[in-house]
Amino acid sequence: MKNAILIIIGANLLLLILINVLKPTEVVNLEQEKLKQKYAVKPVASVDHSKLPALQKKFQTPQDVTKACNSCHTETHKEIMASAHWNWERAGYIEGHGIEFLGKKNVVNNYCIGAKTNEQACAKCHIGFGMFNNDNYNYSNQNNVDCMVCHDNSETYMKGASMTGYPDRTVNLEKVAQSVGLPMKSNCGSCHFYSGGGNNVKHGDLEEAQLNTTRDVDVHMAADGINLECVDCHTAENHQIKGKLYSVSSDHFNRAYCEDCHTSTPHLNEMLNTHTVRVSCQACHIPLYAKVNATKMDWKWSEAGKLKDGKAYETEDSMGNHDYMSIKGSFVWKKNIQPDYVWFNGTSDHYLVGDTINSIPVKINSLNGSHEDLNSKIIPVKINTGDQIYDTKYNYLIVPKLYAPEKGDSAFWEDFDWNTAAMAGMKRLGLPFSGEYDFVQTVMYWPVNHMVAPKEQSLSCSECHTRHDGRLAKLTGFYMPGRDRNTLLDTIGKWLIILSVAGVVIHNSIRIFTAWRQKKIEAKVINYHET
Amino acid sequence: MKSTNKVYIYKRFERFWHWAQAALIIFLAITGFEIHDSINIFGFEKAVEFHRDASIGLMILIIFAIFWHLAFDAWRQYIPTQKNLLAQIRFYTYGMFKGEPHPTEKTALQKLNPLQRLIYLGFKLFMIPIVVVTGLLYMFYKTIDVNNVVVISHFKLESIAVWHTFGAFLLIVFLIVHVYMTTTGHTYTSNIKAMITGYEEIETETSGDESTTTPDSDEADNLTEKN
Repeated sequence: MKNAILIIIGANLLLLILINVLKPTEVVNLEQEKLKQKYAVKPVASVDHSKLPALQKKFQTPQDVTKACNSCHTETHKEIMASAHWNWERAGYIEGHGIEFLGKKNVVNNYCIGAKTNEQACAKCHIGFGMFNNDNYNYSNQNNVDCMVCHDNSETYMKGASMTGYPDRTVNLEKVAQSVGLPMKSNCGSCHFYSGGGNNVKHGDLEEAQLNTTRDVDVHMAADGINLECVDCHTAENHQIKGKLYSVSSDHFNRAYCEDCHTSTPHLNEMLNTHTVRVSCQACHIPLYAKVNATKMDWKWSEAGKLKDGKAYETEDSMGNHDYMSIKGSFVWKKNIQPDYVWFNGTSDHYLVGDTINSIPVKINSLNGSHEDLNSKIIPVKINTGDQIYDTKYNYLIVPKLYAPEKGDSAFWEDFDWNTAAMAGMKRLGLPFSGEYDFVQTVMYWPVNHMVAPKEQSLSCSECHTRHDGRLAKLTGFYMPGRDRNTLLDTIGKWLIILSVAGVVIHNSIRIFTAWRQKKIEAKVINYHET
Repeated sequence: MKSTNKVYIYKRFERFWHWAQAALIIFLAITGFEIHDSINIFGFEKAVEFHRDASIGLMILIIFAIFWHLAFDAWRQYIPTQKNLLAQIRFYTYGMFKGEPHPTEKTALQKLNPLQRLIYLGFKLFMIPIVVVTGLLYMFYKTIDVNNVVVISHFKLESIAVWHTFGAFLLIVFLIVHVYMTTTGHTYTSNIKAMITGYEEIETETSGDESTTTPDSDEADNLTEKN
């Protein structure tokens, strides 16, 4: 009786424990809920600009709009004119180069190569008006600040193509001026989605689909999600916007982090939280990028200039993207891409104009960091490859003149002559061109920070912690459980196990055999006595 | 004259400790080698979770076992001795094939033969400490914490992992040989039965009545200990 009661109590206890252990637990992450609450409330403007008398007039030029803005926001232009958006450069310290002022003004990339000599076209992404293909732009003229490109909330403002930064002639300046407010996705996107000459060309994780997308594509910007604006994370104190990209930046300074909202211990699982020391949030939470539209992964300038019947032509790939353009060369586009992964400590090196080429492929930018550097984390990157023109004698990259309004002005896109384009480009840069050129492989690293997936789609452990073909297979030199092992130890261990099993089997066989023989002998002995 | 006698050898806690430890070590081996990506049963994530939980279970059990060994002087069972050591080795490699009797007598006071003493001492002072110490280092391994909490960067994770794996291989070899050696008792299963029930059939040379050394139940544990 006593035993029966004990057994019943015991069995019930066991059942209770099992139920608690096996039950899937749905624990609410309170920090996450707080964030949702915070960003669910969208800011309401304290001023309705359509009611301001200063904006109730016909604007002849976009500069008139800026003057009207300045009539109330009397000092704001000073903030703007101290920003990288305006100056196209920012002071930075680069190991081996010292302090450099880097930005769109002077960096090289392996897309359209360089803005210099092509300002008239590139100024479409400058927050100012009237930038021509020369060095005469007046960066201190406050009237040339373009307030509207960032603050238009009517979604009708757009800059004209190759119009030195002026708005398209169809833009209704009154409507735009009266609509202004906090920048929306469409404002930032008007440049940052189309950089490189088309939607999603450069970044791969920033594109027009994010204007109206689902959580599967981007949990933060999703229309069916929290629907954040860019400036919710990229906050700006005095127009100095937080966060930057290492295609033009080099310092570990004023960066935007996921941790700014989510903290460095965002998971309820301690095991996952320990990862955040060496693994960036993005590494696990952005399993794929370019999820809606493709991005350019490879750009071969060496194939540019082919003509059909003396005319430039274009061809398209299966996704409908140009895979060849006479003016630009051939491209490879990809969609739903698994990022590459690198160690990154927040600083980067750059190929600066005039630098000698000392390794091929030429690293246009390189992200610094290693597993030995305690400040480095693993981040996902897009690696863009390609080839571009360089001076074979002076052994440096050439920034060619690509754009001119018409033929005969040395621009490659009009004349298809690399010699004159290189000559004109290098003349603007103040560097000699030997007249001898060829094409050299280049590579560029673009950290992937957007298109964060819902948590269910984040990487599972075994996508990295696996012996074969894990996502971090290329990052070597450190020990990762599940991926790495000491082959000598494993071999010794395997043989120890094999030998001990064999030893046991042999020992037992001898036992059975000797016992069997013993029995036979005993049987014989007994038989002998009986007979 | 040979005869067999039932002798009470393994006390209740000892049996619980033995089987719990066996289960935990086997489970830890399975999950551990899954983390090592040698096998695939639960999936990496679950394997890590289970391995950590089971390791905490094992460490709690070890703490209890240490306390038990000290409290009941059971640690003396493992004091190595040279007496009969060669005879024991000779028995396993030669004598038992000839049907010779065990050179050492098994009693509640002297459960282990000289070879067992040596190997179990190695198990307790070498194999288990290797996996436990490296396991703890592994568990709390951090390079640098942004919240400035723990820093273990003096040991490379690789060396911790290699020693941990080394300990695991030793334990597996121990397990294989140990399980086999249990079959070398009076009959193939008498040792295992003893570890389950506490009572072991033991060959004795004399036909003398040994029932006095055979307590009827676990309640007599302490009495025998005090002898």
